[in-house]
Amino acid sequence: MSPTDPGAGGGRPADVFSAPVHDGAPLLTVSGLRKSFGDNQVLRSIDLSMARGDVVTLVGPSGSGKTTVLRCLNGLEVPDGGAVDVAGELHLDFASPLSRRQVAALRDRSAMVFQHYHLFPHMTVLQNVIEGPVQVQGRRRDDVVPEAEAMLARVGLADKRDSYPVELSGGQQQRVGIVRALALRPQLLLFDEPTSALDPELVGDVLTVMKELADEGWTMLIVTHELAFAREVADQVVFMDEGYVVEHGDPDVVLREPREERTRQFVRRLLSPF
Amino acid sequence: MHIDWHLVSTSLWPLVRGALIGTIPLALASFAIGLVIALVVALMRLSRRSLVSAVARAYISVIRGTPQLVQLFVIFYGLPSVGVTLSPWPSAIIAFSLNVGGYAAEVIRASILSVPKGQWEAAHTIGMSHRQALRRIILPQAARVSVPPLSNTFISLVKDTSLASLILVPELFRRGQEIAAYSQAFLPVYIEAAVVYWVVCLFLSAAQSRVEKRLDRYVAH
Repeated sequence: MSPTDPGAGGGRPADVFSAPVHDGAPLLTVSGLRKSFGDNQVLRSIDLSMARGDVVTLVGPSGSGKTTVLRCLNGLEVPDGGAVDVAGELHLDFASPLSRRQVAALRDRSAMVFQHYHLFPHMTVLQNVIEGPVQVQGRRRDDVVPEAEAMLARVGLADKRDSYPVELSGGQQQRVGIVRALALRPQLLLFDEPTSALDPELVGDVLTVMKELADEGWTMLIVTHELAFAREVADQVVFMDEGYVVEHGDPDVVLREPREERTRQFVRRLLSPF
Repeated sequence: MHIDWHLVSTSLWPLVRGALIGTIPLALASFAIGLVIALVVALMRLSRRSLVSAVARAYISVIRGTPQLVQLFVIFYGLPSVGVTLSPWPSAIIAFSLNVGGYAAEVIRASILSVPKGQWEAAHTIGMSHRQALRRIILPQAARVSVPPLSNTFISLVKDTSLASLILVPELFRRGQEIAAYSQAFLPVYIEAAVVYWVVCLFLSAAQSRVEKRLDRYVAH
């Protein structure tokens, strides 16, 4: 399948405002994912599965491999082993090296929001948002621009359309980062600690946008330290430590009455750091 | 010392003309061609294939490790003995382009490396290929970083073109030498030539800051 085919991807939302089909069908299945950097085994064996419309948060101490999971799912890292299945239509087995087309197909289905935004500084807000749809997906600029403008308006940035990223606050930049990801019409949204680089008073704006997306039925995999957000929004919390999934399930269970001692320690430390 | 102001005023136009039809076109053509060479060499130098990168490294090393004047003489006076005879203009343009290519390649390489890794990742994340990322995301940002050092390269080049006088290119300094020779007024004529070079470089510096200001729109202050 060509990554530029706008009709590709089955359950992809027909336009960015309508929620993706929320049929409970499995969207993402990760099994036995492994990744080492040199001698450092970051992911030992990760299993993960989420249904379409699920919001899953990945929590755990720093260095536990959460970010690496996201990066593997976006083709920014190549796993050493394991497999990923997206919507039953893209199956990648990392035992053998991936072709360029396979990496492109994976990226075509997911979109990433970075901790440090990584907006393109030489482009205006609007240009940042339409760059992927127009340059990569080959969609018509005239179709994409109104869509981008509407999305920017929805996250409260209509008047920033022609600003450069450097003129925006961190919270505004991150909202542009989210819109840039949405504009690609991915099946899966990946968030890598989206609020960790923000001043505390700006965190709320970004979380509000993310909650709205969750309510609309977007499938989201979120690495975060915001446990309150995880508890309120997530369908599933996955607790990782030292390259393993220690515990996963309903946020109320995992975050309030964890079964595992390691999870208990982690939650306790995050809720009362002193 | 008596200064022959009449000589100074009548020689001004031939000198300026030498700059307009010799120095400046030679510098512009060599710089333009040199930048293309430099971009290719910089990308080769950054290549993961060790042979490709070694070729680029060798090129840069030879260009930077040998005098510009010697390079010029090898091409103009040396190549005819192996059957390649070039007239002054092509010789000069080739020599200066190759030279700019070597120096600017390192500037461009450093500028590309100065763009944060996150920019490559963001580009890949929205689905761009390596080439697309380079062209649309990385090079525009590298260009901003490379303007000041490349302006230096260009200003040096403008002055270095005076070496072309030694392979008979009718540029500013060669005009100066001719006027000085028949008038025997070496000091005033050479100072006058120096002033013309200086004025050209003043214009270039002004152009540099305008370009920088234009590209500054998106840079934090």
